[in-house]
Amino acid sequence: MADVTAEPATITYREAVAEGIAREMRRDPSVVCLGEDIGAAGGVFKTTVGLFDEFGPGRIWDTPISEQAIVGAAMGAAMTGMRPVAEIMFSDFLACCWDYLANEIPKVRYMTGGQVTVPLVVRTANGGGLGFGAQHSQAVENWALTIPGLKIAAPSTPADVIGLMAAAIRSDDPVVFFEHKGLFASKGPRPPAGHVVELGRAAVVREGTDVTLVALASTVHTALAAAGKLAEDGVSAEVVDLRCLIPMDVSTVLASVGKTSRLVTVEENPYQGGWGATVVSIVVDEGFELLDAPVRRVASANVPLPFADALEDEVIPTTDKVVATVRAVVDF
Amino acid sequence: MSDAADLLGLYERMAVIRRTEKAAYDMFLAGLVKGTTHLASGQEAVAVGASAALRPDDYVFATYRGHHHAMARGATAEACLAELMQKATGLCKAKGGSMHLTHAPGNMLGSYAIVGSHLPMAVGAAWSAQLRGTDQVAVAFFGDGATNIGAFHEALNLAAVWKLPVIFVCENNLYMEYTPIAAVTAADHPAADRAVAYRLPAEVIDGNDVIVVRDAVAAAAERARSGEGSTVIEAETYRHYGHSRTDPATYRPAEEVERWLKHDPIDICRARLEALGVEPDTIKEVDERATAEVAAAMAAAKAAPAADVAEAFTDVWADGGAQWRM
Repeated sequence: MADVTAEPATITYREAVAEGIAREMRRDPSVVCLGEDIGAAGGVFKTTVGLFDEFGPGRIWDTPISEQAIVGAAMGAAMTGMRPVAEIMFSDFLACCWDYLANEIPKVRYMTGGQVTVPLVVRTANGGGLGFGAQHSQAVENWALTIPGLKIAAPSTPADVIGLMAAAIRSDDPVVFFEHKGLFASKGPRPPAGHVVELGRAAVVREGTDVTLVALASTVHTALAAAGKLAEDGVSAEVVDLRCLIPMDVSTVLASVGKTSRLVTVEENPYQGGWGATVVSIVVDEGFELLDAPVRRVASANVPLPFADALEDEVIPTTDKVVATVRAVVDF
Repeated sequence: MSDAADLLGLYERMAVIRRTEKAAYDMFLAGLVKGTTHLASGQEAVAVGASAALRPDDYVFATYRGHHHAMARGATAEACLAELMQKATGLCKAKGGSMHLTHAPGNMLGSYAIVGSHLPMAVGAAWSAQLRGTDQVAVAFFGDGATNIGAFHEALNLAAVWKLPVIFVCENNLYMEYTPIAAVTAADHPAADRAVAYRLPAEVIDGNDVIVVRDAVAAAAERARSGEGSTVIEAETYRHYGHSRTDPATYRPAEEVERWLKHDPIDICRARLEALGVEPDTIKEVDERATAEVAAAMAAAKAAPAADVAEAFTDVWADGGAQWRM
């Protein structure tokens, strides 16, 4: 067994997924994993490497390409005493089992008058940047946001992957856990044992006074890069990593806007129906008097995601787009 | 208990379900409540027979035509009728309605109104039983129409490759909603014929004979508990009413309806009782008791308070609440 004191101080986002799951599996025997190629193969994104070796086929289950069976079986197991962690390989494939995310999992507790609980996690690789084309690159976190009854986590750092994974697996509510494909290779500090990030607590990852950038997962890094550029021009941007869409930490957003009086959301999901629209509507409803400028949303364009890098850059949020948008807001 | 006493018990449960469904039919037809209902009159033997073969800790998943399954697993007529009548005392606190009757204390883990969706759930419950090292089994009851949806095939395949203790019971009532199942299915026996492809044993049975159903499910449960995996049972049956409240079922040939009405599960059970020497008066007493039980249930449900509007904002999350923001 590995000597924990010998663990490197940093960990990749990719490794953090397996590490986060492993930590929970060690403390709770009811945690089991199922999905396509997650066992000996270690997952197509290598996010489950090591789990099969440590926990064996009795807890790490390879499935057929049957998204409905994967998520439906996870639901049945969750209703009967287990804490399944189901992997849907690409978030685009959630559409293949959307009935479970839209109609079954989030509603069964409510429509039975609280008779059952569904403590499960559906993990999925989300987002663009890797050139997988329109059916393997979408950012679909906004799909889940349309469904009351789902909690939604989307970490931006390896430490948050581990901390939010712990909270998601321990949650008695269903959690959709979006792992960003573009971040898998990124590195960050390895969090200590017992690290848990409560669902629904945003993080102010850069303090500023002139504008609030609200971001999620990969766009946190886009927003931070933009904030760095803006600082060179004397514009002080505060960056809020929302971390979760549900529960949505609007208190942190409103407090930040109270300080900066300007708001820009940075979203990878399409502008139409994107999560930023919900953030903006709350800020406008409840914090209109805080604002000194129009709010703006930097989101993906309302087109399917194209394959070519140059075309993809046209569609998804980039540092330059965020910088230009913030300048317009600050100059208003 | 003797065979006769056991059978009389099953007869009484079917009689109570039949009367509850009639009460629901009358109530909906009279426009006393909104929405719709999918009655199981004529299909009682599937639920009651299966339940007689199962243990209380086994899991049951049903469809939107599921009143009989909830009641077979212990839900009272009063709680079911109160649910339909939108009362606070309803089985699901009036948050589910006719299509979602659920009785978790009897491990009846829901009625699902998206066709076929619950078959993978039953697979998952069986997987869970296997993982926890219990010898519980899970049963999915579904209609013939569900055999043409993807979830059916994904569920059977996974159950087969993982050798899970799950029993798939198709209630083949010959119609997927308004269309004859034979007109839209490339198999004579929509469930049993497909089971072959997944190397699952399958059996076509008389779903209107409570003893036949009980014995088939008992054999399947025995297989499942002994680690031999899943079984598909196709129980041929017939619904006495239309598909749902608004359907008079005029698309069914009169001679077909007549033939099946003569093959009524309650009549079949009564004939079996008489063959065992049970006196007609004894059966009559049971009938009267069932009538009285449902009449009392109806009266109690009517008298119950309406659903508490505060319940609109409970039970979304496991903490009992509905908070979505911080």
